[in-house]
Amino acid sequence: MTDILMPALSPTMEEGTLAKWHVKVGDNVRSGDVIAEIETDKATMEVEAVDEGVISEILVPEGSEEVKVNTPIARLGGEGGAAEAVEAKPEPKAQPAPASRSEASGDPERKPPEVDAKPRPEGEAAAPVTPKQILKDPELPEGVNLVTVTVRDALRDAMAEEMRRDGDVFLMGEEVAQYQGAYKVSRGLLDEFGPKRVIDTPITEYGFAGLGVGAAMAGLKPIVEFMTFNFAMQAIDHIINSAAKTLYMSGGQIRTSIVFRGPNGAAARVGAQHSQDYAAWYGHVPGLKVLAPYDAADAKGLLKAAIRDPNPVVFLEHEMLYGQEFDVPEGIDWVVPIGKAKVRRQGKDVTLVAYSRMVGFCLAAAEELAKDGIEAEVVDLRTIRPMDIDTVVESVRKTNRLVTVEEGWGPMGVGAEVAAKVTELAFDYLDAPPIRVHQEDVPLPYAANLEALSMPSVERIVKAAKAVSYK
Amino acid sequence: MARGQTGTTGRRKANGSAEKPKTGGVEVTKEQLLGYYREMLLIRRFEERAGQLYGMGLIGGFCHLYIGQEAIAVGVEAAKKAGDEVITGYRDHGHMLTSGMDPKEVMAELTGRIGGSSKGKGGSMHMFSTEANFYGGHGIVGAQVPLGTGLALANAYRGDGRVSFAFFGDGAANQGQVYESFNMAELWKLPVVYVIENNQYAMGTAIQRSSSETRLFKRGVSFNIPGEEVDGMDVLAVKAATEKAAEHARSGNGPYILEMKTYRYRGHSMSDPAKYRTREEVDEVRKTRDPIDHVEELLEKSGWADEAALKAIDAEVKKIVADAAEFARTSPEPDPSELYTDVYTEQRA
Repeated sequence: MTDILMPALSPTMEEGTLAKWHVKVGDNVRSGDVIAEIETDKATMEVEAVDEGVISEILVPEGSEEVKVNTPIARLGGEGGAAEAVEAKPEPKAQPAPASRSEASGDPERKPPEVDAKPRPEGEAAAPVTPKQILKDPELPEGVNLVTVTVRDALRDAMAEEMRRDGDVFLMGEEVAQYQGAYKVSRGLLDEFGPKRVIDTPITEYGFAGLGVGAAMAGLKPIVEFMTFNFAMQAIDHIINSAAKTLYMSGGQIRTSIVFRGPNGAAARVGAQHSQDYAAWYGHVPGLKVLAPYDAADAKGLLKAAIRDPNPVVFLEHEMLYGQEFDVPEGIDWVVPIGKAKVRRQGKDVTLVAYSRMVGFCLAAAEELAKDGIEAEVVDLRTIRPMDIDTVVESVRKTNRLVTVEEGWGPMGVGAEVAAKVTELAFDYLDAPPIRVHQEDVPLPYAANLEALSMPSVERIVKAAKAVSYK
Repeated sequence: MARGQTGTTGRRKANGSAEKPKTGGVEVTKEQLLGYYREMLLIRRFEERAGQLYGMGLIGGFCHLYIGQEAIAVGVEAAKKAGDEVITGYRDHGHMLTSGMDPKEVMAELTGRIGGSSKGKGGSMHMFSTEANFYGGHGIVGAQVPLGTGLALANAYRGDGRVSFAFFGDGAANQGQVYESFNMAELWKLPVVYVIENNQYAMGTAIQRSSSETRLFKRGVSFNIPGEEVDGMDVLAVKAATEKAAEHARSGNGPYILEMKTYRYRGHSMSDPAKYRTREEVDEVRKTRDPIDHVEELLEKSGWADEAALKAIDAEVKKIVADAAEFARTSPEPDPSELYTDVYTEQRA
């Protein structure tokens, strides 16, 4: 004997109407035969037999309403109806339907499937235990030479060094090869590594981002360059759905070691569609690491770390920084750890937290503030995810005041996250509510004066720092 | 012993006189044909059982069954070579089984248990097996096409002679990223075979209502990708066409498109009443084109298997499926500590 149960026909169905029987007692049914029609609140569905056999009993007559899912509705006997483990233990939750024979569910043999009897693990899920790691920039060996390099060339050097080191690393994107990079970041790479490893793609972001992720799934380590991150919105599905989530969805089987990199944020006078900061967007997504360096040493050291990282990394550069020069250690394998902020200026009065180009703005603001006797500490986040909130909190415990600065919009932004975390972790240390400096809440205007009004400025940072200092 | 048919006269009688099966000129041995029969039957019985477990509330969310399309997964598998990759969308159970994944792990993933292939964290639409070179299991319609093309890019990069098989449906065939992939695959001569499983309905929308050109094998014309239409209900036709396409791709000639004409017997997912087509339409396909009946007929007519032999296969398959269902029901739910595992990895390739 096999019970035929009232099936759930949608993810949310709990009960339904047994509208019609297509079989009667004594009928021989075969798998695939339509045996009944069931009405849910959404639709009428046909129920097909799974097992073969002879209908020996109809337990719920047609027209019965509010028949709970998993209530036995008929019995099947004969060949093929032999009870198998699965059918033998129907779920107990099923209550007798109003119009059905009550003994069907009053059977004392019916026990709950073990798994459903277990309490839900709600609230039990432990927060991720991250071992406390001391992440420090590598010590510079004695006598190491510092050379002045632009951010642009530091990025190129990072890619070249990693491509020399590992044959699985390759670069693909629009204009990266023959044109030498739309912003000349990949200058010289085609000559050194050839077209197999420096690949010009068509203008087809969604497609080539997907190809990159597929190649990463197969074990290669692609660097996918977006001419700017604005165009990566066409590809964001692959960055999030295909790259960030696959390790988890595969139970740890499929790794995607891939770097998505390119300029992010506002350049100058390029209008609303070419001027967006995506740090908060990608920073929102578990499975991604998100980096946004400021100077050339970090650009080089973090890009090398990103390429070596076995996870998908979003690497946000800034067009306005490409031409700026900074000191970079020469002649050593310079790798900066992911997930570690850097205090770029010591100060005791107010903490300024920023990333990418805004770090430079904060350093300039700190100089202005110093003239008025306010010593600002500047924390460069460098990594947006996983965020080094400890360094920020440590600074706020000293200064008791917090200003966050970002190019992106304020709502749900990086500054909002920093302020929330500091409030959680250092509430008692704050002497003033944190202030967020960010782009005005409008698409970036083209007109020079309006653009300037929209973007964060040194002046606005100074003003915010004075406000949290009540000065 | 039914193949999921309705109203047929049951098993066809072997006519007694053995003859070479009419295979449309495709070479096939008795062992191969019996193997295909068994694999297709395994998928069907597995899916029927999955549907049942869904009805019992043991499988949640979305569940897309492969019933009716079995000849495609089995025929392509028969044409694959060791190391070749497979990637598909969310109607993926059949591909997993033919790739060689353990039916127990597949069923336990459907029930969201620790014994599942993704420890219960992926579900029906997201299963993977690096061991079986099966790359999922993707829930965004069409996303597997660039990913599969990327697998082919890796094959070309390494020069390892492997071919990637990217499966997608008639619905996905209208996604822009499919054409972005076609362009790059042909431009770079990547070893990928695009297998379009045209079951004629993109969820509830018939192909005539969604596609200005319904002959999908022609979709590669403007990229110079050859394509052909294949009877996706005939496992031998699928195998033969796939061998040819794979050879083309493997030899450095770039991608190939196979449009497999097929039909799904069930709704788009378990919650789809399929009111956009008539019961008669479904019955007609089941009666006249069923892929399993077709092979059964070949086996019996050729004298390669009698009723007892087929019954033995049926029993074996039933046992595998019953064991899988039992495993999927009794395997525990993942430990709460699994919540935060596999978000990031420290393991380097």
